[in-house]
Amino acid sequence: MTTLHLQVNGKDVNLDVPESRFLSEVIREDLGLIGTKIGCNEAECGICTVLVNGLPVVSCTYPAFKAQGAQVETIESLSADGYLHPIQQAFLDHGAVQCGICTAGLIMTSKALLDEKQAAGEVVSESDIKIALKDTYCRCTGYQSVIDAIRQASGQDVPVNIPVVRQTDCEVGKAQPNPDALAKIRGQAKFTDDYDFSGMLYARTLRAGIPHARIRSIDTEAARALPGVQAVLTHEDVPGRNLHGIVDLDWPVLCGDKVRYTGDPVAIVAADTEVIAARAVELIQVTFEELPAVSDAMEALRPDASVLHEDRADGNLLKHIEVQKGEIETGFAAADVIVDKTYRTPTTEHMFLEPECAIGVPAGYNPDNFGGTCDDKAERGETARHDKTSIYVGSQIPYLDRDQTAAALGVEPTQVRVIATLMGGGFGGKEDIAGQTHVALLAEKTQRPVKMLYSRQESLQFHPKRHATVIRIRTGATQAGQLTAVEATLYGDGGAYASLSEKVLTRATTHATGPYQVPHVKVDCFAAYTNNAPCGAFRGFGVSQSCFAVESNMDILAEELGLDAVELRRLNTLDVGSVTATGQKMLESVGLNECVERVDHDMRGDMHGNDFRWTWQEGHRQYAWGLAIGYKNTGLGGGAPDKASAQVELWLDPAESGATAVRAQVRTSSAEMGQGLPAVLAACAAEELGIPIQQVNVLLGDTDHCPDGGPTTASRQTFVSGNAARHATRTVVQQILPAAAALLNATPEDVSFSAGHFTAGEKSLGVIEAIEQAVKSNIPTVAEYEYWAPKTQPLGTGGDMHFAFGFCAQATLCEIDTHTGEVKVRKVIAAHDVGRAINPMTLEGQIEGGIVMCIGYALTEHYIQEQSVPWTSVMARYKMPGIKNTPKIISHIVEHATSTGPYGAKGVGELPSIPTSAAITNAIYRATGVRVRSLPVDQDELLRAMRAGANEIELGWGDSKPIPVVTLGGEM
Amino acid sequence: MGHYDGRAQVVGGGTDLLLEIQQGRHPVVEAMVDTSRIKGLDLITNDNDHIVIGCAVTHTQIVNAEPIIRHGTCLVESCGVIGGPQVRNVATLAGNVAHALPAGDGTIGLLALDGEVEVTDANECRWIPMREVFLGPGKSSIDHHRSILTRLRFKPTETRAGSAFARVMRPQGVALPIISMAARLQLGDDNTIISARISLGPAGPVPYLAETAMAVLANGSANAGQFEKAAQAVLSAVQLRTSKHRASQEYRAEMITTHLPLILERAAERACNGDAVPVGVGQ
Ligand SMILES: Cc1cc2nc3c(=O)[nH]c(=O)nc-3n(C[C@H](O)[C@H](O)[C@H](O)COP(=O)(O)OP(=O)(O)OC[C@H]3O[C@@H](n4cnc5c(N)ncnc54)[C@H](O)[C@@H]3O)c2cc1C
Ligand code: FES
Ligand code: FES
Repeated sequence: MTTLHLQVNGKDVNLDVPESRFLSEVIREDLGLIGTKIGCNEAECGICTVLVNGLPVVSCTYPAFKAQGAQVETIESLSADGYLHPIQQAFLDHGAVQCGICTAGLIMTSKALLDEKQAAGEVVSESDIKIALKDTYCRCTGYQSVIDAIRQASGQDVPVNIPVVRQTDCEVGKAQPNPDALAKIRGQAKFTDDYDFSGMLYARTLRAGIPHARIRSIDTEAARALPGVQAVLTHEDVPGRNLHGIVDLDWPVLCGDKVRYTGDPVAIVAADTEVIAARAVELIQVTFEELPAVSDAMEALRPDASVLHEDRADGNLLKHIEVQKGEIETGFAAADVIVDKTYRTPTTEHMFLEPECAIGVPAGYNPDNFGGTCDDKAERGETARHDKTSIYVGSQIPYLDRDQTAAALGVEPTQVRVIATLMGGGFGGKEDIAGQTHVALLAEKTQRPVKMLYSRQESLQFHPKRHATVIRIRTGATQAGQLTAVEATLYGDGGAYASLSEKVLTRATTHATGPYQVPHVKVDCFAAYTNNAPCGAFRGFGVSQSCFAVESNMDILAEELGLDAVELRRLNTLDVGSVTATGQKMLESVGLNECVERVDHDMRGDMHGNDFRWTWQEGHRQYAWGLAIGYKNTGLGGGAPDKASAQVELWLDPAESGATAVRAQVRTSSAEMGQGLPAVLAACAAEELGIPIQQVNVLLGDTDHCPDGGPTTASRQTFVSGNAARHATRTVVQQILPAAAALLNATPEDVSFSAGHFTAGEKSLGVIEAIEQAVKSNIPTVAEYEYWAPKTQPLGTGGDMHFAFGFCAQATLCEIDTHTGEVKVRKVIAAHDVGRAINPMTLEGQIEGGIVMCIGYALTEHYIQEQSVPWTSVMARYKMPGIKNTPKIISHIVEHATSTGPYGAKGVGELPSIPTSAAITNAIYRATGVRVRSLPVDQDELLRAMRAGANEIELGWGDSKPIPVVTLGGEM
Repeated sequence: MGHYDGRAQVVGGGTDLLLEIQQGRHPVVEAMVDTSRIKGLDLITNDNDHIVIGCAVTHTQIVNAEPIIRHGTCLVESCGVIGGPQVRNVATLAGNVAHALPAGDGTIGLLALDGEVEVTDANECRWIPMREVFLGPGKSSIDHHRSILTRLRFKPTETRAGSAFARVMRPQGVALPIISMAARLQLGDDNTIISARISLGPAGPVPYLAETAMAVLANGSANAGQFEKAAQAVLSAVQLRTSKHRASQEYRAEMITTHLPLILERAAERACNGDAVPVGVGQ
């Protein structure tokens, strides 16, 4: 121990700490300044940035003693006086905060830039911002709002970039920041790792480390004997069901007989410190009998392949999914031109910036017993008593976590409580159970709270990814450009466990015609188990993959037919009245043509008076436009029961002025991961009540206090939970209506409610009086509503598989460096039909973030596994788009309302992340004459193809083998 | 350090070392000698016709140093592309050189400037040419358990001399360059090249000094044809490799063919104009 002297946020600090301590540990653990977050601990993500003597440094790898005697500034310093710093205000104004895990890092890095430029008397340019924030990442926003915010904070007049949408007199259509944004920009928002329970232990997991093996023995003796170790658990210690899974129960809570991928958990440890827990994990001896690893989907389906789940009748075939419409031969017979190509998409990683973390608290926990303080009124958190096994976690499906944990513990679901904390991004990657069950087991075993925080490296290894696919697609059209047939065969790598593979790849299959009317369709998809990391949900849910293939084929077809690429699409787009590949007749809300028109108009008008050109050259830079369109279902669909419940409670509160104000709380278990759900739910309740949104608060994800909102997936929550919130509000209004009627001296039948007023004839009164009266008359002011989305039909029955679809069109302007093959996206023009924009600010955030994520899919991202062993073992080996990859995004909102949606809204979470990659490769083709059939685009391959005059490439980054030959219909 | 008898290790910014320790790629070190806390070594000075850079000087300091911008432009350009600002604010040029990677950016920049390093141990303090530092990938002749690379220096480019640097990165995967190149040219009054120095990496186990190409340029004139010949000379002299997940051999060759003439041209322009605006810093 040595004494460290610092000035932190203006206060002198003297601490005795080990020489090896990092600055982030001093800040977060020793000083309790939790506003500084950790995303990687490897100097990659930049979210842990703090200022040392005014210079930004990444605190996670900065030795504390380097700061000896220095001034350290963290996010907490900025609003210490209660007022927001201009950069904080600007982040709020521009909607530059989504999940918030990166916000402190972005703000502190920006602050250093602003201070530097101000001192030099210089203005802050976009290029300065891109240099200063080059290594400070955000996975949610897409950075455009961040750039705008920094420019505003530097004193420039920067209008907030909000698309034009319809607006009511009340709250629907109004741009507002998410209600939790303020806490996030102040560094006060608490994510799971920010909780610190008295008496808490730290847990670690021993993972297989090899892709496929039988377990011969597990010896935990040495680990148990290590001082400070409180529990070591293996499969033998799981009292209940040792399996979990969202769709199929095939994933062991702790592996006993076999391991099927390197991230499989074999044992878990809880210890007094993280260091001891890590040491204990190393002491566990496991003897494996290694089995051959199956590392891709096509290989997995060969008869001689090693089988992962030996009890399955179908071997490694997880699912064969089929779509058929018309007669495929007839369709191709009518075609004048047929395009037949095979594409490949990579495994990709969500890279939410908050690694998974869960805290288990045992039933009967009282902080008093561990030197803490108990607050009898606290409902949750460190000071609360816990009468049930409780799990604090940022999860996309709290109720399912609860049920699955209860099953593993062997108790009733109601004996477990899941309490959602803020989530630092999810994107589909926080749907499967991670440490939830493990911390519950350890907490109950040790009777102490147990925290399990995954390192970035463990997160990369463990959690389900986006499916790698190989897609052969054959598209037929008449000379006039009418599509006649689409036949496709897809192979999807499901990885070691089922997770959501079946659902995801079903979506890839059903969307494999693209948003077009195609009379004859035949699509086969084979989902296979392999020893790769499991694959599951990821924003786009299979459609990102098939869209790349479909929209590439469409451009090739247009060229062969001599048609303009936009024209060919126009001739075939879905519209009201058309029938999809699965036999669903579109009855309403198909804004696709309007999306295409808006984008086409802007793209052609972008030439500053010159005639439109698809491609042109400037020096060694070749520019080109590319276009792609997409669609995506809202909601689970396919016959799955799709419902969400919400509770709304009303009460009265003395306002600041002393007058009374109505307050409402919306409660549901639905998850917020940065997408802005609380703002949407609050707007729904406020709109129904006719009150300002600021009077509504939203409580999410406490399974003891919030009804089940179902999974936060499939772009469904605005639709289902929004509807539930709306109906629950209406229900509570109806409940208190008799009280209003009494005051109005009218019968309830004669009283109507609108815009915040109960009216009977000439007389009317406000909600306040009605609530007062209701309380007096003992009428409850809380109501719950279970909203059932319109029924859907399973695939193959020909009925409506989905109750709504979102549509979009995107054009990308790409720049290809003919010296290096480097591809940059300069501009994106986008139009999204979202039905109705409830909050255009959070909506725009979804669109910009989704587009930039899909740019990553096209150009930078690949989770590489070699013989099923991840090569992408650290964040430094996975490049997600940084601020320098951000194009100018021009976004239009198209609002073709769906009658069942809340105010007409459909989902949008995934839609923007679907067509961008194809738009980019379509642009690359125009610029270079090289068709890229493998993602991500490999500049090395691309340049060599350009030099060699080749017209296509099919080797991608990290691929050693060309795209395999796919037989249509599959080789089964 | 003597006290720890080889169990202590020098640390500069720690951006390489501490990460390697954290990720288990480097054994835990018993004690660290932090150069940033040694007085006087965080300065850039002028001494005996040299620009001298203390071992605690960060890349940010180098990028902002007026004398280096003018008289060692390629060093500014090479240190300016390292990491992001947070890394440049702590990482040192000394650490980059001592780490001895075949394509450390600052290393490539300094090598083109014919840099020298001062090694100090319990007994002595001596200047050695940079090339003597590199034994193999990540292997340096400076025993960082017992000695310290205390200072680095180079002769400033003066009248009719100029330098330039460029690198090509992959957008995916590892944050290691596909190829980094730097050049320094001394021109005569008639535009003949009096001397040339070209460094690049990765091309072999240690940072590469392209002597054949340098010989091709010397005494010739500074024109595009000569620059292309220099690139060809590099290609015929080096064994480029295909490195998995990074670059193919052909691509590396392409990058040398296109970019080396460009930086030579830029260096020549700077030599003629006598001023330099570094490009690519921070990008
Ligand atoms: C996110 C990120 C991005 C990066 N990007 C790049 C890049 O683009 N290009 C690039 O070249 N590098 C890059 N690096 C690597 C690294 O930052 C640089 O090589 C840096 O210059 C190392 O300096 P340092 O002071 O941090 O070295 P340290 O980590 O302190 O030391 C590195 C090695 O040198 C030894 N050493 C350090 N100083 C001395 C000394 N004075 N005497 C003797 N031995 C010494 C240490 O013992 C250790 O073995 C990156 C690193 C990170 C984390
Ligand atoms: S850079 Fe420090 S946590 Fe990622
Ligand atoms: S808001 Fe930036 S990572 Fe979520």
